[in-house]
Amino acid sequence: MSLREAVRVAVQALVANRLRSVLTTLGVLIGVMSVVLLVAIGQGARTEITGAIEGLGSNLLFVLPGDGDFGAGPARSRFVVDDVADIERELPAPDDRVAGYTVGAESLQADGERVNATVFAVTASYPRVLDRTVARGQTISESDVVTSRRTAVIGAATAEALFAGQDPIGRNLTIGGIRFRIAGVLERIGGSGSPFGPDQDRVVLVPVTTGQRLFGTDRLDAIFVRAASTASVEADRATVDRVLGQRLDEDEFSVISQDEIIGVVGDILQILTLVLGAIAGISLLVGGVGVSNIMLVSVSERTREIGLRKALGARTRDITTQFLLEATALTVIGGAIGLGLGVAGAHLVATFAPVPAVVTWWSVALALGTSLAVGLVFGVLPARRAGRLDPVEALRHD
Amino acid sequence: MSAVLLEADRVERVYRIGRDVEVRALTDVSFRVERGDYVAIVGTSGSGKSTLLNLLGALDRPTSGEVRYDGRDVRVMDDAELALLRNRRIGFVFQSFHLLPRLTALDNVILPLTYRPGSRGDRRRRAQAALTAVGLADRLGHRPSELSGGQQQRVAIARALVTEPALILADEPTGNLDTRTGEEIMALLEALHDEQGTALVVITHEAEIAARARVRIELRDGRMVGGGPA
Repeated sequence: MSLREAVRVAVQALVANRLRSVLTTLGVLIGVMSVVLLVAIGQGARTEITGAIEGLGSNLLFVLPGDGDFGAGPARSRFVVDDVADIERELPAPDDRVAGYTVGAESLQADGERVNATVFAVTASYPRVLDRTVARGQTISESDVVTSRRTAVIGAATAEALFAGQDPIGRNLTIGGIRFRIAGVLERIGGSGSPFGPDQDRVVLVPVTTGQRLFGTDRLDAIFVRAASTASVEADRATVDRVLGQRLDEDEFSVISQDEIIGVVGDILQILTLVLGAIAGISLLVGGVGVSNIMLVSVSERTREIGLRKALGARTRDITTQFLLEATALTVIGGAIGLGLGVAGAHLVATFAPVPAVVTWWSVALALGTSLAVGLVFGVLPARRAGRLDPVEALRHD
Repeated sequence: MSAVLLEADRVERVYRIGRDVEVRALTDVSFRVERGDYVAIVGTSGSGKSTLLNLLGALDRPTSGEVRYDGRDVRVMDDAELALLRNRRIGFVFQSFHLLPRLTALDNVILPLTYRPGSRGDRRRRAQAALTAVGLADRLGHRPSELSGGQQQRVAIARALVTEPALILADEPTGNLDTRTGEEIMALLEALHDEQGTALVVITHEAEIAARARVRIELRDGRMVGGGPA
């Protein structure tokens, strides 16, 4: 029997059992849809988060406490404000390229409104190093830091939440019970919070010295260094290593480039995506078992047909091919529809959820390839059983 | 080419049921079917008729002895060769018709042609001719459930002859039909046999049919008790 003829026969048989075919297809359909959708969401999260890190500016070096092993718990920082100046002095062409901060979550109060916000106690260089500019008013100055002035620069969203359209410049703001004067409002950068960090439009910046007193610490949580160019990243890293190495042990700090963080975070999210895909794959597997099951029922129902076909000249191979094609048609049709729904679902998620979903070509290829493979793998057992039927017994069957 | 189409030579068929129980369905059966021959195999139920039909139809292999088609023993043929033999040389007509209910009369007749090369148009033409030959030119698009028993058996006969076989094997072809329809079906089979020179082997328990065959083989308890020209 030619392949074209065999496909025709398979489709005919599936159409003859419409409801059953549809229900069996549904299992594979849902499996493929969840694979495509979940992988798209994982992929979207990866794009979003690595994008957020890139959004901090380019050519950044992150100086973090501890030996840089992500597996270890958070290390106690031993950085102090003077380290920022020390590094700055050793870099070629020092020009506000080093910033330090310490961070805390505080309750803000102004005008009777109360919100929670992430408060960054920063060196005066911080906005420049991290590409933040003030939309109105003034940024934190060197003298604010030196004199521990109680002055604050607030994010655009925080300004909106506390003052609802009124000009917040010069107004008072209570942070953790201490009164600050608002000097400026940061330019809105848009985007949303990510697992990597808070919403940058909801932060409050205060002078590092003031903030340290507020949080009761004399340390910095981390230091940022902006390299002059991509080419100078490694040289600047060596400088930071040398300067901090004079005061701290090797395992008390680590210098990580932006690319390294993007690489590591990207890898973690890639694994997350694969895990999501694998979980969805289990439902595809269950769908495959359903196909196998219904094909076995079909073989046993059509025993007489198989016997007749053999009497009319069908080889074992013809019968096996026919049932394998039926199983594969079920899964491939289910796979194609599931793919369509998965892509549509991903667009829906991208439109309405904060995490965009990105459909990648490989998840599409994987979904279609897998549904084909599921049909073949789970069709083999019933098809072989059909092919091996003894024509004498099969014809006598009722 | 010799005149012998099919030869059963000391055929024995033993079924094993369970561990130590053996059922001897056929013992020492030998006869020949020549080209264009008309053979009737008669016997009561349980006499081994069906077993013999399965062996002659190359659906089963003997336990010992040989069934030879054109001089070749079916026991040495593999699955593909047996399939080819059934497709090229044999046309089956069953007591219970064995039509596929979801196919039209035309598609049922096309069925054996799908297991050999050829275009769809050619298959349709041949199936149409076969259905016309059995008097069903106006029933091509009907499904089996829309046809009478006699018409269904005619479709089955058309399906058997569409491949132009050397032999039509009919297993109680009138068993499920009333007497008049049964006579019509037998007349049709015999006409095809006469006109096209197709050998006809009919399994039956009706003496009237057996009397018209050139050779009559009677089975009793798996043995031949009478043979030779009727």
